[in-house]
Amino acid sequence: MSTGAAQVAGPAAVSSVVAYGFWIFLLSDIIMFSALFAAYAVLSGETAGGPTPGQLFDVRRAGVETLCLLFSSYACGLGELCIQRRRMVGFHVCVAATLVLGAAFLALEIDEFAGMVARGAGPARSAFLSAFFSLVGLHGVHVTIGLLWLVFMVAQIAAQGPKAFVLRRLHCFSLFWHALDIIWIALFTLVYLMGTR
Amino acid sequence: MQELPSPLERADEEAPAVDETDPKMSFLSYTAGLVFALLLTGASFFVARSPLIWSPGVPVGLAVLAIAQMGVHLVFFLKMSTGPDNTNNVLALAFGLLIVTLVVSGSLWIMAHLNANMMPASAIMEMH
Repeated sequence: MSTGAAQVAGPAAVSSVVAYGFWIFLLSDIIMFSALFAAYAVLSGETAGGPTPGQLFDVRRAGVETLCLLFSSYACGLGELCIQRRRMVGFHVCVAATLVLGAAFLALEIDEFAGMVARGAGPARSAFLSAFFSLVGLHGVHVTIGLLWLVFMVAQIAAQGPKAFVLRRLHCFSLFWHALDIIWIALFTLVYLMGTR
Repeated sequence: MQELPSPLERADEEAPAVDETDPKMSFLSYTAGLVFALLLTGASFFVARSPLIWSPGVPVGLAVLAIAQMGVHLVFFLKMSTGPDNTNNVLALAFGLLIVTLVVSGSLWIMAHLNANMMPASAIMEMH
């Protein structure tokens, strides 16, 4: 090995390397979202005579969705702490809370979309609505994938036990779930709070 | 000198699966993050709805609160820090922020100019 800091510290722990790689993926995902955010910000006024953001959005619903995701993120973090200390009951309670709150968020969002489409405000109505459904819908797809991923992780922990490689995957899920919450903060601020003023 | 094992060989023998910080501190960090996030969320909803705030200032206020809440999530939930093992993560985040800023502000800037310079649709119709 050459001289330098690496010789003193040794190679990074594999958990750090995996988390770093996954963090790079998350940043690329966030950059993809930024394009949709830019599209929404540009197009949010282009309603083509159709419904405006102020007429469509329910801030109270967005608030409940925000709380669901926030507490889901919190439960996910606590679940990871539990399994690090091999507290399996606590882990399963936290994972159940994560899943239920995530599913509640998704149910609220699907209900909102269905209500909008039923009122004739589907994605084909105007450029504003196309941008809205792409942005919020893509976030919803991410949440759906996250929920499926968490179910797989629970099955894997049941089958394999809390081994190091399983815990690394769980940590990646946890990063993913927190990142989705960060995207939602930008989303509810730009779409719901600024849209309904 | 002795060869150091590659990161992947070190995998399951010695390296702990996740960060080895004190669990009690981690719990406190998550809880503090939750409290801060709730306060900032409440503040955003208050700023958006309240008649007390000068309305042209509301978007700026909301943007500041949202960025603050993202910072809270990064530090307390994603455990971003300035520690030595976190340098790469923070550098990648800085690069990501640069790209996001360029994409969003660049799009808004270009489209605002385009709209300002565009001939009104009625004028285009008259040309035909």
